[in-house]
Amino acid sequence: MFDTALSTNDLIFLAKGAGMTLIVTAISVFFGTILGIIFGVFRYQVGPWWAAPLTFVLDIFRSIPLLIQLVLANAFVTTVLGYRISGFAIACGVLSLYTAAYCAEIVRGGIEAVPQTLRRAARSLGMTWGQDMTSIVLPLATRVALPSWIGLALGVMKDSALVYIVQVVELLKSTQILITRLQEPLFLLMICGLFYFLISFPIARFGGYLEKRWSND
Amino acid sequence: MFNYTFRWNQALNSLPQMLEGALVTMEIAILSMVIGISIAILLTLFRLSRNPLLVGIAATWVEIARNTPALFQIYMVHFGLAGFGIHLSPYLSLLIGIAFNNAGYLTENFRGALKAIPDTQTRAARSLGMTPLQAFRNVIMPQMLRISFLPMTNQMVWAILMTSLGAVVAMNTDLYGVTSELNARTFRTFELFAIAAVIFYLITKVITLSARLLAARLFRY
Amino acid sequence: MIEIENVRKSFGPLEVLKGINLTVAKGEVLTVIGGSGSGKSTLLTCINGLEAIDSGRILVDGVEVHAKATDLNKLRQKIGIVFQQWNAFPHLTVLENVMLAQVKVLRRSKAEAEAEAVKQLTHVGLADKIKVYPSKLSGGQQQRMAIARALAMSPDYMLFDEVTSALDPQLVGEVLDTLRMLASEGMTMICVTHEMKFAREVSDRVAFFHKGVMAEIAPPEQLFGAPKDPELQKFLSATH
Repeated sequence: MFDTALSTNDLIFLAKGAGMTLIVTAISVFFGTILGIIFGVFRYQVGPWWAAPLTFVLDIFRSIPLLIQLVLANAFVTTVLGYRISGFAIACGVLSLYTAAYCAEIVRGGIEAVPQTLRRAARSLGMTWGQDMTSIVLPLATRVALPSWIGLALGVMKDSALVYIVQVVELLKSTQILITRLQEPLFLLMICGLFYFLISFPIARFGGYLEKRWSND
Repeated sequence: MFNYTFRWNQALNSLPQMLEGALVTMEIAILSMVIGISIAILLTLFRLSRNPLLVGIAATWVEIARNTPALFQIYMVHFGLAGFGIHLSPYLSLLIGIAFNNAGYLTENFRGALKAIPDTQTRAARSLGMTPLQAFRNVIMPQMLRISFLPMTNQMVWAILMTSLGAVVAMNTDLYGVTSELNARTFRTFELFAIAAVIFYLITKVITLSARLLAARLFRY
Repeated sequence: MIEIENVRKSFGPLEVLKGINLTVAKGEVLTVIGGSGSGKSTLLTCINGLEAIDSGRILVDGVEVHAKATDLNKLRQKIGIVFQQWNAFPHLTVLENVMLAQVKVLRRSKAEAEAEAVKQLTHVGLADKIKVYPSKLSGGQQQRMAIARALAMSPDYMLFDEVTSALDPQLVGEVLDTLRMLASEGMTMICVTHEMKFAREVSDRVAFFHKGVMAEIAPPEQLFGAPKDPELQKFLSATH
């Protein structure tokens, strides 16, 4: 059906690119979420005034193009500091911080959504701050935050396409390389787009379903 | 400590060029928003129509725009269309790509906004004799845009940041492109991109602040 | 003249109008009373075509409302309707609210529309609030604005669907006064209401609806004084 010059090797090449996309995404989302939770809880506990420096720094990550963040980080670490570090490490580092910046907001929003009355009731029953956080705040905040977090994770997967700039060969770059060689832009781009779509669409739908189900509770 | 001599002066000399680039960036962002909002309103009307074809078109657009990378979309416009023999300039490819993305996200924002408007508003307008289109244009749409104002501002910020993606289509007149070219000539990567970063930061802050002020003036009711 | 002939309507399995026959003459004031779910509000929304009917006909000045060929938008210019929720357009001032449909639907000039708007707003007692946004008005004031908005279209008929039910008690009076005034000016009105005293004073006839059927219709002295239908008797004793 498709008269294409695409060989099995090429498909493997694409698959490797897709794998790279997923790995970079997974690592960044993992570390970014942990950091984001720490930052988010910190911001909530400490209040807007004291947390202002942190807020300011995190805000920078959301106000500068990701591409520039990657280029700057790369230039800073390799040229200014003089360390030899792989593009992969830079990519994961920058994306993790980027994820953390957005995640902190989501976490903070989630915690704030838990009614104070519930928390006071818990403390009045003698629960410690830690118990309050884990038994009351955690489940309720997660309900509010999870749909947004899913959106964030998917966003990171889409943004991972930018790490080509630090020499990480992810899916879109792999596709581009093949296009230059095989000259079948439309067909190859379709495959590439389909990959992103088939991962993102069902997960996004699921997130929407959760949001609807939990908002009616 | 640093095994590197910073040469800020050299980089700062390029500031005028970078600022010109920033103007192009703003131009693309604004145009992409105008086009994006217009298309989003159209797609919203499609969604509201009972016509399954129109509803399908709107849904497809939104889902593709939101489930694939913006970089991919720009790529598709530039290299995909080239496969059909349509060769667009980098500027146009970037603009259309970002506008496509904007339209998708904005249509979704509008959908959320519409949910907040009671359908008794449409009922009242229709009872006064207005056609569905008149009811939408005069009663529903103004409220929808007002509710969507904050999301639209966020999308504008996104559009500004997305202009940097012009890198893949060899766009060299916007802020990122200018910086990139200067870098290729002088290799002062860190200084140049640091300055570009500051400019981007300032632009996004100004936009967000102005939007807040504008909202306070426009939505006095 | 509004003619309702054997109208039936169901929402899914629930039949809310079970064959209604009713004629409202020009200049008549008809009030409709009955418990909730009796079909009274549904009847009003059928008259101006917001709701479809399953069988029967509704004719307004000889034009069949639910015929395919009927231009509903044109017909709605003749029939003003005010709902329980006033549905003020929040993004427009009171004056703009009353002007909008005049300009867009009746194609009056801005000046004409403004003059008419001011006239109707003064008519309902809101002359000093015309440049204000609805959010700053009380419920009663917004409801009177809704009445002015409908009146500004120069309708031949006015339908009122429980227009005081959503108001705080102290605001009900001002709206009822407006309705009384309209009635005395000769407007053809159909009012669905719970306000029995108002119904007694203002109506030419009162219709009692029960479970989708128009159980009794008579001039107020007769309906309230000597009710024949047993359900009506129950209803009246419960509400007095």
